[in-house]
Amino acid sequence: MSRLHRVTIEINGEQVTASIAARVNLIDFIRTEAGFTGSHLGCEHGVCGACTIEVDGAAVRGCLMLAVQADGANVVTVEGLAGMGRAKNLRAAFLAENALQCGYCTPGMLVSALEYIESGESSDRATIRAHMAGNYCRCTGYQAIVDAIAAVIESGEGA
Amino acid sequence: MTGPATIFDKPNAYIGKSVSRSDARRLLEGRGRFVDDIQLPRTLHAAFLRSPYAHAEIVHIDSTEAETAPGVVRVFKGEDLIGVVEPYVGILTHLAGLRSAPQMPIAVDRARWQGEPVAMVVASTRGEAEDAAELIAADLDPIPEACDAETALDEDAPVIHPELGTNLAWERLVEVGDTDAAFSRDDVHVAERTFRFGRHTGVTLEPRSAIAEFNPAEGKLTFWYSGQAPHMMQFILAKHLGLVEENVRVVAHDVGGSFGIKIHTYGDEIATAAVARIMGRPVKFVADRFESFLSDIHARDHVVNARIAMERNGLIAGLEFDDLSGIGPYSMYPRTSAIEMNQVLNLTGAPYVLPNYRARGRVVFQNKNMMCQYRAVGHPIAMAIADCLLEDAAAGIGMDPVEVRRRNLMADDGYPRTSAAGMKLDDLSHQRTLQELIDTMDYSGLRIAQAEALANGIHRGIGFVSMVEVTNPSPMFYGVGGAPIASQDGASLRLDAGGGLRISSSITEQGQGTNTILAQIAAGVFGVPIERVTVATGDTDTAPYGGGTWASRGAGIGGEAMLLAAHALKEQVLEVAASMLQTTVSALDIREGMIVDGGGARISLSDLARTVYYRGNELPSDLNPELVATRHFRVTGFPFVFTNGAMAAHVEVDTETGLVRILNFWAVEDCGRAINPRLVEEQVRGGIVQGIGGALYEECIYSGDGQLQNATMEDYLVPMAAEMPDIVVKHVETPTKTSILGAKGAGEAGTGGAPAAIMNAVNDALRPLDASIWRMPMTPERILKALGRI
Repeated sequence: MSRLHRVTIEINGEQVTASIAARVNLIDFIRTEAGFTGSHLGCEHGVCGACTIEVDGAAVRGCLMLAVQADGANVVTVEGLAGMGRAKNLRAAFLAENALQCGYCTPGMLVSALEYIESGESSDRATIRAHMAGNYCRCTGYQAIVDAIAAVIESGEGA
Repeated sequence: MTGPATIFDKPNAYIGKSVSRSDARRLLEGRGRFVDDIQLPRTLHAAFLRSPYAHAEIVHIDSTEAETAPGVVRVFKGEDLIGVVEPYVGILTHLAGLRSAPQMPIAVDRARWQGEPVAMVVASTRGEAEDAAELIAADLDPIPEACDAETALDEDAPVIHPELGTNLAWERLVEVGDTDAAFSRDDVHVAERTFRFGRHTGVTLEPRSAIAEFNPAEGKLTFWYSGQAPHMMQFILAKHLGLVEENVRVVAHDVGGSFGIKIHTYGDEIATAAVARIMGRPVKFVADRFESFLSDIHARDHVVNARIAMERNGLIAGLEFDDLSGIGPYSMYPRTSAIEMNQVLNLTGAPYVLPNYRARGRVVFQNKNMMCQYRAVGHPIAMAIADCLLEDAAAGIGMDPVEVRRRNLMADDGYPRTSAAGMKLDDLSHQRTLQELIDTMDYSGLRIAQAEALANGIHRGIGFVSMVEVTNPSPMFYGVGGAPIASQDGASLRLDAGGGLRISSSITEQGQGTNTILAQIAAGVFGVPIERVTVATGDTDTAPYGGGTWASRGAGIGGEAMLLAAHALKEQVLEVAASMLQTTVSALDIREGMIVDGGGARISLSDLARTVYYRGNELPSDLNPELVATRHFRVTGFPFVFTNGAMAAHVEVDTETGLVRILNFWAVEDCGRAINPRLVEEQVRGGIVQGIGGALYEECIYSGDGQLQNATMEDYLVPMAAEMPDIVVKHVETPTKTSILGAKGAGEAGTGGAPAAIMNAVNDALRPLDASIWRMPMTPERILKALGRI
């Protein structure tokens, strides 16, 4: 408990170094040590998907990974997507389709949706729904989220 | 009531347009500000030790070891808050006979549900606080519990509050006409069923969260919370912490879902405020998911014995039911846990002409987590009782479920009128919404396809619901009973020097699009591009006094206040403009941020405002414009403004696995004037999916001794994207005459109506197998049991 580990993680292009307990999970590190509060905690056991972030290019549940495991990794959160100009069309589609209400699930939804779109998958609604089945949204009923993802794919202009 | 027609059709009108939500942009870029995003210096983090037993005497709590654990500043027990927090009791005077016992934020002598706080640790980090909570030696002595609502009134059941002498919290009987005579007729068909509605809960993705900061120099408490009713909370914190009301500031920024979960008074949140005051340091409490399941209010939990008498021509001769609901060990403060039962009695059968109606409701104390108002309070129970019995009886006499509705639904031209339970109804469109639904879904085609599928051994079903929805509540909902819950709302708007409008409103935003519809109304009625409007809600220091957003009241009540304020400011600005331009008010209008007359643009709003603010010397000395207007609005003449809708579900039941797949869902909603049709549709869709959750998946499963068995998101099933259907939503607009705007609410409809439609569809699918199910959620296991397969 008292032993601290020095880790350095690149978060949204910034090198963040801190000495932390081994039990600190990656999402707490991102929110508390680095101050990027865009990613949210919903269940802390990998079910709701609110904390989904990119770690070295892969979509990862930030609550299921320890920060010490991410030492040296490159992490991108919802703030990073916006800051780097990524997922611009996806955000525009979410806005146009009203694919968010309270917005608490949205940071994780965007990362999961981006993973799907960038892997070149189809705009088939059932396939989109199957991919997004690990991200919980209590507000929208999901249809507008599926609409937004399908619209981006069908536009052919990428995320 | 009529108003200036131009507000709905003038060039820069936004009412009725699906403009996108400007505040969604920051949420999409991770720039929201939820409670846990706020990090104040010297914050202490709270963790609660909660009772592991449903019912236990608190013998002794030894916190010695916890107090010396790393990072711990102090440990609080129930007794430490005696004299600091005034106990609270969840009763309202208009619910005659309702009783409950005084409650404290942390249990003092006895814990009454698994999850009730028994001690609180504040430490430098949440992790340290949780570690220390585990070191508390709590000597709790379990005592016999009364968990099952159906036996809680038995003579040998333990009485949870001995001073009350009974576990019966409230009882009400509604009796209209001669129900006994109706059921004893020999020319009626009687359908009788026992319905069971499981407990479920809100599962807001953002858990309940609060930060309290007390400034002893000013005696001022600031309370950031994830909630829906800041002014109610301000009153409660002031009253129960002994503070002057104006010294309590409650702020609700972004709220990650609420659905009624976040309009109540929770012990852990009150304790957070009390301890912040004691410590003189900010205290943060964010429930983890386990705590959410154990302490966020639960909902439903009804057992209903019900029957309907139907004449051979399909007309309802009588409807009767007896509803028993378990509410946990206390009536929740301050809204009480009797409101849901009251709604069930008030709403059941309200779409139909019901000559004879008898309903008894009893709410009982039990040793489970507290039950209280959650989205569509009482509606899913009320709609299922009437509409599932209706289809059951229709099948009994061989009548189509649509035809039986046409014969019993109130006529669209027959309003105003009252329902059997005495609800005042006006501006409803049951017949029209049903017709629109039938046209939309291709009903006859579906019936043909259903028969073809059945021939191939595939069991599909179609089910309907015709419903009413309580929206825009008047003071008759809570205020009349003594609750500090405003039924009116206020809106202020100010013309800034730059020509933009700044709005402040007492309704709150939890993602519905409240801020957007306020901007739409203000921009259109006043006359500026919507981009020039900024909206502030959720802060008691700056918002006009009002109720917040719940019971689908935001658009109808807060929206009307906004309309009135925008109209008032416009008149004021035109008076200034007329003076500056040496003309008459009637010759002028405001369009796109410009004062215009018949000849076109004359002066910009910015020029006008700068003249007023900086160069008052240019104005006549008797003209003293403020460029700010505030108006308030409340519903008068009606206790509620009802909306109506018709919905249909098309399902397939796998008779081997018991799984229900929803193939299609259609909804036609009449919420009066739709200020933003897309936002209405999304309210309806999201609500339907929540209703699907209640119908098929969601249940707080308790063991016999009151242990919640599935308090994780892995075990408590919520609707996820893969199982959900695309949902078709259509509008019928019958504006309410209680306001100029004509808007009613839309937030409850889907959750209130969908479960009945799905139950009807499942039973339609099961009917050829001579099976039926009357219990929600309709899990695969229960379907297989209904089929006699297990």
